[in-house]
Amino acid sequence: MKKSVFVTAAVAAFITAGAAKAGPEAEVLHWWTSGGEAKSVAVLQGEFADNGGTWTDMPVAGGGGDAAMTALRARVLSGNAPTAVQLKGPAIQEWYEEGVLADISAVAEAEGWADVLPASIAGHMKCEGSWCAAPVNVHRIDWIWANADVLKSNGIDMPTTWAEFNAAAEKLQAAGIIPLAHGGQAWQDATIFEAVALGIGGPEFFQKAFVDLDMDTLKSDTMVEIFDQMRTLRGYVDANFAGRDWNLATAMVMNGEAAFQIMGDWAKGEFLSAGKVPGQDFLCASTPGEGFLYNVDSFAMFNVDGDDKKAGQDLLAKLIVGQNFQKVFNLNKGSIPARVDVALDDFDSCAHTSAKDMAMSSDNGSLLPSYAHGMALRGAQSGAITDVVTAHFNSDMSSAEAVEMLANSVANSL
Amino acid sequence: MTDFTQPHTQAGAPSAAKGINWTHLALRWLLFTLLGLFALFYLMPLFVMVTTSLKSLDEIRTGSLIALPREVTFDAWRTAWSGTCTGVQCEGLRPYFWNSVIMTVPAVILATMLGAMNGYVIAQWRFKGANLIFSLMLFGCFIPFQVVLLPMARMLGIMGLAGSIPGLIVVHVIYGIGFTTLFFRNYYVTIPAELTKAAKVDGAGFFRIFWSIFLPLSLPIVVVTVIWQFTNIWNDFLFGVSFSQAGTQPVTVALNNIVNSTTGVKEYNVDMAAAIIAALPTLLVYVVAGKYFIRGLTAGSVKG
Amino acid sequence: MTEWLERHTPKMVLAPSFVAILIFVYGFIFWTAWVSFTRSRLLPKYELKGTVQYERLMASPRWDTAMDNLFIFGTLFIVISMVLGLFLAILLDQKIRAEGALRTIYLYPMALSMIVTGTAWKWIMNPGLGIEATVRGWGFENFAFDWVVNPDRAIYAVVIAAVWQASGFVMALFLAGLRGVDEEIIKAAQVDGIPTWRIYSAIIIPSMAPIFLSAFIVLAHLAIKSFDLVIALTGGGPGYATDLPATYMYAMAFSRGDIGQAASSAMVMMGVVFAIVVPYLYSELRAKHD
Repeated sequence: MKKSVFVTAAVAAFITAGAAKAGPEAEVLHWWTSGGEAKSVAVLQGEFADNGGTWTDMPVAGGGGDAAMTALRARVLSGNAPTAVQLKGPAIQEWYEEGVLADISAVAEAEGWADVLPASIAGHMKCEGSWCAAPVNVHRIDWIWANADVLKSNGIDMPTTWAEFNAAAEKLQAAGIIPLAHGGQAWQDATIFEAVALGIGGPEFFQKAFVDLDMDTLKSDTMVEIFDQMRTLRGYVDANFAGRDWNLATAMVMNGEAAFQIMGDWAKGEFLSAGKVPGQDFLCASTPGEGFLYNVDSFAMFNVDGDDKKAGQDLLAKLIVGQNFQKVFNLNKGSIPARVDVALDDFDSCAHTSAKDMAMSSDNGSLLPSYAHGMALRGAQSGAITDVVTAHFNSDMSSAEAVEMLANSVANSL
Repeated sequence: MTDFTQPHTQAGAPSAAKGINWTHLALRWLLFTLLGLFALFYLMPLFVMVTTSLKSLDEIRTGSLIALPREVTFDAWRTAWSGTCTGVQCEGLRPYFWNSVIMTVPAVILATMLGAMNGYVIAQWRFKGANLIFSLMLFGCFIPFQVVLLPMARMLGIMGLAGSIPGLIVVHVIYGIGFTTLFFRNYYVTIPAELTKAAKVDGAGFFRIFWSIFLPLSLPIVVVTVIWQFTNIWNDFLFGVSFSQAGTQPVTVALNNIVNSTTGVKEYNVDMAAAIIAALPTLLVYVVAGKYFIRGLTAGSVKG
Repeated sequence: MTEWLERHTPKMVLAPSFVAILIFVYGFIFWTAWVSFTRSRLLPKYELKGTVQYERLMASPRWDTAMDNLFIFGTLFIVISMVLGLFLAILLDQKIRAEGALRTIYLYPMALSMIVTGTAWKWIMNPGLGIEATVRGWGFENFAFDWVVNPDRAIYAVVIAAVWQASGFVMALFLAGLRGVDEEIIKAAQVDGIPTWRIYSAIIIPSMAPIFLSAFIVLAHLAIKSFDLVIALTGGGPGYATDLPATYMYAMAFSRGDIGQAASSAMVMMGVVFAIVVPYLYSELRAKHD
């Protein structure tokens, strides 16, 4: 162990040779590697360097963080944990239970995080009462995106109930337009599913089913109804949806081939980079029903030796939740800041809607974690649900069968 | 090399002397048509990748994904090599290339050498239990790498090689031995045992026989082994991502970082260009090694 | 002393590799077996908890699909790649002028990482973008090639891409074997008037038994480890219709933090490999040495 730490230090020193010797240091494992995301992290690196820190980048993309988590396990087992790691949801607490996370309460209290973060989001950042992670942003999952021209020329308004959505879809289908652009990958199926579940079941139902895993709720008639709606939606996607990347689905909405897409707010980046204007070329709204599903990215600090690295962790945590980074990062990424006191003047109308809805949901208790994006449940449990959702969506399984399978699958996931 | 499309009755006789042989000609045409069709099948994905890499992103968004580019641009290639972001750094694949080279070359050489010696022992110096050892090694080829990751990480930590390139080399050599041994053993087993016996009678020792008899015969199988090892190690992602750290990540990890972002804007042209660039060393090995492959064969050294 | 050394040199040469394999293959298999009897989640734990992981595995419909797929995929992939590889090798062995170029074309797929080639195949086989759309564009309105998006056919689409990648390498192995066959025997057979197909089926192909062993091992190992390909081509979908044990195991171990479950699936996989490979090895090696 000692030796490997020595090697790590030696390698790190070799890489950063020429940089300042003393001062905060951090090796950061994250999966933001593409254009906008990478630029966003670069902002953090810039601030870190301005404060005298040395940033060593350890990017691993793929599978929404799966590959990074693989690398993380290997690193932790070999006694060579990175300084800071992009982690989110219950995974933070799971790693804490393994005894490998560092406590950053000192920074959090000095910076007054408790006052600026919504309570439910702050809850994700705490392990047994102490702070163990720093939130970066809030993605909203339950968005529905639409092509403005297509809706207008077919006389359709943004739907506010699933019945309205279905009516609109029928109309579009008759006009030869694909109602729903969708990519048939398990996580995308799950994304739609949770939006439908929130809309039809309501926030309380969602909480019971996908946070508490209450068996009666999972087997309820409401759940059958939700799967029925999924089957209906299956009729609104084109024949070639299987395996399609989400951004290709977004492109279908953009060029008018399809009318709607249900996807988190990163889809906005795709519209914007194609030069489309929100409210004019494309419309954004929350999916039918009340509530707000969030996906919060965050960084957790791992136990490491050396004062330089510990100083690095503190500095990093402070900067991540700092006003400036929260603003710049989220402008790039399409999400909204996790702290509520950031001025949103530079943000677009979709982001304003998102921030307003978040504040409202936070007050009335409908601010809920996304199960599909790993915020609500442990991986084994959310995976068990997704298996059923995607199996149902891609076959002719009946809703009753699906509900039965869902209950079994969740029970089998420990 | 035997030309079987030439009717056997004419073996040895120059067909030109008898004028045009229509059956022969038809068979040759059929042969070339078949070979050509297969070539098209094999080239299809490369065609898609190359054409996509030469398009602009706008064209990809609006046009058909597998059409020829309306306007050829090499921007994507430039970006992939030295401009695209693989994390905070936006220096393309370039910085990762060297890591892959210093990992792959020693690992291929070591694994090939070990395989040659092992194969030689198993095929020509059969001792009791040699076949059992060979079987154990072969079965080892089948262990899924996903299984190995976690205990291997622990072992590398204990050995003090965590996150380092020597660590990656060790891993690749260990999991390469099974295959290299297999290749050499199956090659050497076709060389008559009398050869070794005669040499032993002449007083040649273990290493001398290997050096002066077996090694000179080995070019084709060395080429096959090197192709196999080089490809596997260069293209490996799972070990590369698990046993590296900042600064030692191989090119496949960088490629993955370019290609596999979930919530970012996908630049398919850059993805495809990056994939081709990352594959250039292996492609080069195939082309160059292919040449030696022929040379080894035309030297007439391989005879069962 | 020198004599002793001389006698034991072969064993000593083999020893380091053998020890490495013993630790890093068989030791790790033992480790996996142990973990498969625990309730390990995020990181491995070593407290034994009985066979609960195997019971969970057997209760999982997704695992059933993965195993079925392994048999379909493995059989088709190995058989087609072998037949195609041998066929191409025989064709290329007919004194072809452009042999070098053709061989490189057949071989190059092995050089490319599936992370991206999978995307190219995905487009080619997608009905809306690739072959189907192109052929329909030529006027054949009824042409259908929708395997990759059809849950009942998607596994065959995976076979196509896998054969594309590996058959060239098998071709190279067989080509090397064909060139190794003694030309004198063939010439003698030709002079005797034995038809070409008989020369191949009775003389040349049987003499290549060790090559078949190599090819089988290479292909079987690729079939069992097929992972990148599935992830890039179908992501295991539609639904989980193209899930394979390797992708299942990876998903459990690394995306879902369910290491005990992953270990039990790995053990079942190893069992399958054992059941198929060991009898084959046994017969091959025995036939060779008796």
